[in-house]
Amino acid sequence: MTNAAPLISAEELSVTIGKRTLLDAISLTVSPGEIVTVIGPNGGGKTTLVRALLGLQALSAGRIKRRKGLTIGYVPQSLTLNPMMPVSVSRLLTATISAGREVVSAALKETGVAHLIDESVHTLSGGEFRRVLLARALLRRPDLLVLDEPVAGVDHAGELALYALIQRIRDERGCGVLMVSHDLHVVMAATDNVICLNGHVCCTGQPHEVSQHSEYVRLFGPKAADALAFYEHHHDHEHGISGDVAHEHDHSHKDHPHAG
Amino acid sequence: MLDDFFVRAMLAAIGVAAMAGPLGSFVVWRRMAYFGDTTAHAALLGIGLGVVLGIDLTLGVALVTVSVALLLLAMERRIGLALDTLLGILAHTSLALGVTIIALTPGLRVDLTAYLFGDVLAVSVTDIAVIASLAAVVLASLAAIWKPLVAATMDEELAAAEGVNTDLHRIALVLLLAVMIAVAMKVVGVLLVTALLIIPAAAARRLSSSPEQMAVIAGLLAMLAAIGGLFLSLYLDTPSGPSIVLAAAFIFVVSLLPLRSVRG
Repeated sequence: MTNAAPLISAEELSVTIGKRTLLDAISLTVSPGEIVTVIGPNGGGKTTLVRALLGLQALSAGRIKRRKGLTIGYVPQSLTLNPMMPVSVSRLLTATISAGREVVSAALKETGVAHLIDESVHTLSGGEFRRVLLARALLRRPDLLVLDEPVAGVDHAGELALYALIQRIRDERGCGVLMVSHDLHVVMAATDNVICLNGHVCCTGQPHEVSQHSEYVRLFGPKAADALAFYEHHHDHEHGISGDVAHEHDHSHKDHPHAG
Repeated sequence: MLDDFFVRAMLAAIGVAAMAGPLGSFVVWRRMAYFGDTTAHAALLGIGLGVVLGIDLTLGVALVTVSVALLLLAMERRIGLALDTLLGILAHTSLALGVTIIALTPGLRVDLTAYLFGDVLAVSVTDIAVIASLAAVVLASLAAIWKPLVAATMDEELAAAEGVNTDLHRIALVLLLAVMIAVAMKVVGVLLVTALLIIPAAAARRLSSSPEQMAVIAGLLAMLAAIGGLFLSLYLDTPSGPSIVLAAAFIFVVSLLPLRSVRG
């Protein structure tokens, strides 16, 4: 991570709607080149947090500081786009900005889908659609990428490829990345900092720290910790964590490769 | 030439159709069919109020459609209301109220059929001037807000996150629709306005590959339906509003055929 000033920092954010407290004193920062992942159960306030950071959700308390001139590239989970509206990929990318065809094509190339530029967005697969939305966000030259459930509706191989792509974009562009996911295992190996959200911040830290945290284990069950251990083992060939994390569930990880 | 009632009807219907195509595309994209229906039903209340207050009927109708449209918008924002139920109440209460007011006004004989199904053959030169100028204003306004409005229609949250004032654009669209519906009442009547909005746009879908193309093609198909319907009405001596809608429905069915045979 870097010592540069944070791109965005939230201080004690609270959102209360009616009598329900959706977010309770949430603080987080994202710095340039950093990948921060927010995980948590459904209804834990992940979407509310993203909306608040994007300025779409009024705050009940707290404040959000954005670096001056910050450009956010937002990749939503899905679009409400009606199939009755004919929209090509290039038209979708230039919906709110003007960009020449070469620029659009370059953005699509960066996410590996340049060949789809003239396709209708309604014929894309889940993985292709993700990559198109990611290219759309990159077109704005964002300092910060905000991704809501970036692998929803993508098969397992596609998931790994997408996380690798997000990591590569971070490496090449040096932008900050804030991801939201209910997805437990794959995402955590690719991230610098994890925030576990269930209305309030349950726990926060490096992936392996969070995975051992009692709150995390309570929310997601011991198998979730198990699964992370498997991934770290699998990807990084780092040994020794699995034994620490899994406690009495320290039986063969290979039997439960995708638990959680 | 404007002495000819048929030419006048043709001009009025084409003017309304030009608005119906692009606006109808948004009605289809945003799933607002209920909205057109409710606003159109309320238009009859405008007739009643116009008569009672002694103001111009088109103005009375426009006032009511705009008010009802804004009311609907406000209701839509409230969470926890069963919108379709409220719409049903609003649409039919205002329709019933309009009819009752008209019936209660002494010495007034109004041909309700003309308002329910349109009476384009009776438009005056003044009507044509009003339709033409409103069509110009509506289409120019739509063109001015086109790009952000399309972006907000693709996905409101995403557009808002990227700096589009989606609330403002929604209100603008709804106001343009209310004006169009007030004007269209003379041509196809309150019961068929939604058809003129939706059917040409639906027919244009398969023939288009961009939102802009669809809006233009929908406008052209609506005009074609207006012209075809009026000729149908002339030769078969059928009511003009329903004939226009039938022509639009015919075009829609043709649009479902394989593309090549449509072109051929």
